[in-house]
Amino acid sequence: MATLLFYILATITLLSTVLCLTRKNPVHAVLYLVHALFALALLYFLLGAPLLAAWQIILYAGAIMVLFLFVIMLIEPPVAESRTSGRVIHWLIPAILSGSLLACGGALIAMDPAATNAIASYWMTPRDFGRALFVHYGLAVEVISMILLFAAVGAFHLGRRYRPTTKEDVS
Amino acid sequence: MIVPLGHVLILAGLLFVAGLSGVLLRRNLIMILIGVEIMINAVGLVLVGASAYWRSPDGQLFALLLMAVAAAEVTVALALVVYLKRSRGTIDVNRFDGMQG
Repeated sequence: MATLLFYILATITLLSTVLCLTRKNPVHAVLYLVHALFALALLYFLLGAPLLAAWQIILYAGAIMVLFLFVIMLIEPPVAESRTSGRVIHWLIPAILSGSLLACGGALIAMDPAATNAIASYWMTPRDFGRALFVHYGLAVEVISMILLFAAVGAFHLGRRYRPTTKEDVS
Repeated sequence: MIVPLGHVLILAGLLFVAGLSGVLLRRNLIMILIGVEIMINAVGLVLVGASAYWRSPDGQLFALLLMAVAAAEVTVALALVVYLKRSRGTIDVNRFDGMQG
């Protein structure tokens, strides 16, 4: 059962990735990438990383993809809403992908929770994860938080409005 | 391990190649960044698969650190995209030929 789910999810991931990279419209590409990341999160769950699966959805499919959408909306000129075409091909493929993803998620939830050890031979609970992270990799957590701080400062610096007259205004 | 490690590696390799071809073939800066994201996720899949294979927590921990680094990278990269759009008026990488490379 779990093995079959793995191959189904692998197919969904590859299909969504290829569709994502061949889209002309960046918004469609980002939405297909969200599909791929959801399938990848379910793969993480199957491989015994439930906490990492949750973070994949929260951090990647949530935060980072919304950041992408935000920037696309920021730099693309606004266009009038085009009328939704009634052609089946336009909604059939996303519908199949979403439906199969939903079915896979439902199958994972429906599996007996007491038998989670049967899903993966290695099953890392959030408790083990936190213990291993903060006992052995405390320094790495500090370094990563510094990197995130530098990235935030750098993004703030780059995102300022460019005003050539600022220096003369100050002096 | 529910599947052989080789199958996980094949899937990750295919994802990585897809992302790399996206980086090399697309000219829209946003699409190039999406290709980089796909490559980073392929590496994360390898880490989680290795963690399940050797029954060690280290792979999953490194996948978490990879996610944080990817978040930092994408923050700066998207800020650069906005900056380029403001200063040059385009995000087509073929137009950035000022260095005559």
